[in-house]
Amino acid sequence: MPARARRIAGLVAALALLAGVPGCGADDSRTLTVYAAASLQAPLDELVRDFEAGHDDVHVTVSYAGSSDLVAQISQGARADVLATADTVTMDRLVAEDLTDGVPAVLATNTLSLAVPPGNPAGVTGLADLARDDLTVVVCAPQVPCGAAAQRLADLAGVRLAPDSEEQSVTDVLGKVTSGEADAGLVYRTDVLAAGDRVEGVEVPEADRVVNDYPVAVVADAPQDRLAADFVALLLGDTGRRILERAGFGPPR
Amino acid sequence: MTRVRAVGLPRWLLVPAALGVTLVLLPLVAMVLRVPWTDFPALVSGESAQEALWLSLRTSALSTVLCVLLGVPMAMVLARTSFRGQSVLRSLVLVPLVLPPVVGGIALLYTFGRQGLLGESLELLGIRVAFSTAAVVLAQTFVALPFLVLSLEGSLRTAGERYDVVAASLGASPSTVFRRVTIPLTLPGLVSGAVLAFARALGEFGATITFAGSLEGVTRTLPLEVYLLRESDPDGAVALSLLLVVVAVVVIGATRQGRAPR
Repeated sequence: MPARARRIAGLVAALALLAGVPGCGADDSRTLTVYAAASLQAPLDELVRDFEAGHDDVHVTVSYAGSSDLVAQISQGARADVLATADTVTMDRLVAEDLTDGVPAVLATNTLSLAVPPGNPAGVTGLADLARDDLTVVVCAPQVPCGAAAQRLADLAGVRLAPDSEEQSVTDVLGKVTSGEADAGLVYRTDVLAAGDRVEGVEVPEADRVVNDYPVAVVADAPQDRLAADFVALLLGDTGRRILERAGFGPPR
Repeated sequence: MTRVRAVGLPRWLLVPAALGVTLVLLPLVAMVLRVPWTDFPALVSGESAQEALWLSLRTSALSTVLCVLLGVPMAMVLARTSFRGQSVLRSLVLVPLVLPPVVGGIALLYTFGRQGLLGESLELLGIRVAFSTAAVVLAQTFVALPFLVLSLEGSLRTAGERYDVVAASLGASPSTVFRRVTIPLTLPGLVSGAVLAFARALGEFGATITFAGSLEGVTRTLPLEVYLLRESDPDGAVALSLLLVVVAVVVIGATRQGRAPR
């Protein structure tokens, strides 16, 4: 069927052409690439709009993902201008590889909270409930930042965690709670706020003693180093502080 | 005995063919080069790794059995009968083949999850599926079943119905024809379908992590363990990846060996 073959060949060629288009960017607008921890999404989206409004012809693209993933991508050669992670351990890996421009600064802090489905069907009142056998409890795996924090918190409170699942990221934990599959999960305070009425937060008094620092840095040899410095200044300045605090983040310690 | 080739291969085909082989093999080579050989025995014999491997083998074997039990009748219905809407049914049944596994996991959650379609009834019966090993098997069967059905339906059609018709005309009942004629004739297709299903179940990740969660010894299969380790322990992740590749190659190789080359 030569006609059909020709059609398919044409389609392949068209796709190849389409894929090639972004490669030949001849426009004069500048793009700032920001890599940020997923938990920063809500306030950062707002700050990006702010930044774009103040800079003509500047477009900001943000890649939200787990901090470890972001660090791994940058150390494998991903072109990013700014990196903000959810803990210092992940950022320090990039610093150790000499891939940051200067010393990272802390832009915010975050603490853990218990999240339960709306109405709190299992009647969770505190960390001690996490050891109950009749509850479906979901936490982050100890290998990822939120799981490490959950482990420290449980140790501090003298509670033995008996999770039904150890998830890969804090958003996975939140998803299991919002869908009602889990009776309780340990997530960041800011996640509970961002989820609105899809979850309820149960305050944990001990949580204030387990604090995650969120560092931000300009990536070494950033293609847009001047813009990157401007953006970091916005995050660390009054506007950044205000928007981050409204999202539930604490001030740097 | 040397085979005679009637038509020569166009030379230029070799270039894209070599490119394709390179694309498939180079990443594997790159991974093997990264394996920390001195630590390899320790990395793959750790408790978490062994738990994950054992869980993966157990669940994949069980899923393959389920795939055979459900898939053989499905393939028979699709290949040996015709009814209105059959082609639509075939497309729908094969959907897991093209569906992103994460989407499959979400669909399973809305079916068997606590808030799901069947979840509440199951809960009343005291059956909890989510976060259990059963959920892993369900997820694997969901994604692997089409592989078996597709492969077996193909060989059923190739084998044709001539021998079935002869056996039936000699007085064999439909069940006897199925057991003594159809299945033996299509055994190679069934075996390769089962191998494909096993391999797919072994590699299953997205539906499992979405639907079953991740807990050592219960739901954390080898691919989930690799994904978890890739951040905190890259060496361990590479070692376990190699283990996964070896298991897959051994399984595929063993079943290929059993079949005579045509």
